[in-house]
Amino acid sequence: MTDAAIQVQGLVKAYHGVRAVDGLDLTIPRGEVFALLGPNGAGKSTTVEILEGFRGRDAGEVSVLGIDPVMATRSWRERVGIMLQSTSPRSFLNAREALTHASRLYSNPRDVEEMLDAVGLTDKAEEKPQELSGGQRRRLDVALALIGRPELVFLDEPTTGFDPEARRQFWRLVESIAADGTTVLLTTHYLDEADHLADRIGIISSGRLVALDTPEGLRRRAAGARVSWREDGELRTQVTPTPTAVLRELLERHSGEVEHLEVVHPSLEDVYLDLIGDTTAEADAATPPHDTHVADEEGVA
Amino acid sequence: MSTVPVTAPSWWSMTADRTVVELKEFLRSREQMIFIFFFPMIFLGLFGAIFNTDDLYGTGVSFGQYFVAGMIASGMLNTGFQSLAISISIDRSEDVLKRIHATPLPPTAYFVGKILQVLVVSVVQVALLLAMGALLFDVALPTNVSTWVTFTWVFVLGLATSVAWGIATSSLLRNGKAASAVLTPIVLVLQFTSGVFFVFTELPTWLQRFAEVFPLKWLAQGMRSVFLPEQFEAAEASGSWQLPMVAIMLAVWLIAGLLISAKTFRWLRVEDR
Repeated sequence: MTDAAIQVQGLVKAYHGVRAVDGLDLTIPRGEVFALLGPNGAGKSTTVEILEGFRGRDAGEVSVLGIDPVMATRSWRERVGIMLQSTSPRSFLNAREALTHASRLYSNPRDVEEMLDAVGLTDKAEEKPQELSGGQRRRLDVALALIGRPELVFLDEPTTGFDPEARRQFWRLVESIAADGTTVLLTTHYLDEADHLADRIGIISSGRLVALDTPEGLRRRAAGARVSWREDGELRTQVTPTPTAVLRELLERHSGEVEHLEVVHPSLEDVYLDLIGDTTAEADAATPPHDTHVADEEGVA
Repeated sequence: MSTVPVTAPSWWSMTADRTVVELKEFLRSREQMIFIFFFPMIFLGLFGAIFNTDDLYGTGVSFGQYFVAGMIASGMLNTGFQSLAISISIDRSEDVLKRIHATPLPPTAYFVGKILQVLVVSVVQVALLLAMGALLFDVALPTNVSTWVTFTWVFVLGLATSVAWGIATSSLLRNGKAASAVLTPIVLVLQFTSGVFFVFTELPTWLQRFAEVFPLKWLAQGMRSVFLPEQFEAAEASGSWQLPMVAIMLAVWLIAGLLISAKTFRWLRVEDR
């Protein structure tokens, strides 16, 4: 037995001859919270759906909890929780009924009322999905993914459409399941989310991992700080590895206030944009049909 | 961690649970209740009142009695075929099937749950139609065992064929929203040509030949053999109930439906595979 929850080697998946995933390698140890980042059409969803056992692949080795997900068995499904990218549709079952029904499929499920409480839906337990707000529906989706006490959870763009408070609440929930030792694979568009939750971040672009590091490690990749100020009526900017030296020199030249003085260290976002920058144009060409659909859905929501 | 001994839920308990969920969803859906469940009863009342022929071909059988047998057959088609095809294709296009596939629910438990839901709804539907038939049109329930045996096999075979084609058709329809628009005309054409809304022998011969290819004609004929008096047999198109042919035609359609279902059923939308 290995202690990796997910092991991927040389994963390839093509749509109509275009490779959406192009030789991806990835190992995620048990107990890790891993965030997969990347622009639309980079191969994020395709990769996750292959790992979830929904899609086949054209090449490569994949092992999830010791099993090839193409061969997903009932006992494997018991150990894996999945939150799809699409929000739960209208239903004739209310939140509590849906969770109760789901809980009876598992050997050792979480308590339905505790789960409702953990996602903040106790007051909405009698409501059907169509009577809930978008954020509340997503919380029901999370609850359904966690009710079976999975060892590994896939969260596919879980907080799209959340208000800031709901996002914070959701983060606390993910932190608590991670504290129980659950492995979490999260895909997201939000860098602050990945930064806050993930032990490691993988950045995917054009079907390949272009970076794999801790949030701190990624931030350290930034070339330097940006010092900007106003002088003689125009805005000046200097990118430098030694901002303090630049400041010292500035202060020597100016006796009074330095107008609009700003020292900015590159954010994770800058690093991210820098990493995907060269390949985005290519990635757009490789957009699989599924992601087009998702993009439409987001447009409506 | 819990110290309670952990046992996986049994297939039976999951199937029973699934059946309860399916029944709840059916009962709570206004569309399903009106257009699938009550539809045959509404039409039985309506057509029985409009066409009040008392004596078809001098057999003493009224159109109302003829219509009861036809509506039982077509109710089975509504519940087994139309309702199932629409609900499964909507479930597929809204990712409900994908969600189910992501859980440990065995596929057989899912299908048996659907089948039991159809069976329960259909049994209640047939019972209500017969009660209406007895009250409004003096339909006499059979008193001998052999006729009830005929009813049982015609009912089981007819419902199985409807379900098999319901599942098969759900995979052939790519868009859940279009399912109802595509299927309703098909079912209507079959109802008009198979001896449900009109007496079969009143139809032009070429329409009779057309309807003979499809199972509803045979299902309705089988039901007439059960619920109409013996003397009506001579008034059938061939002068006989043709029960062996009923069995053969339904069985052929059942097998074809099962084969197509098994070949084409998918949990995911076409663009997701």
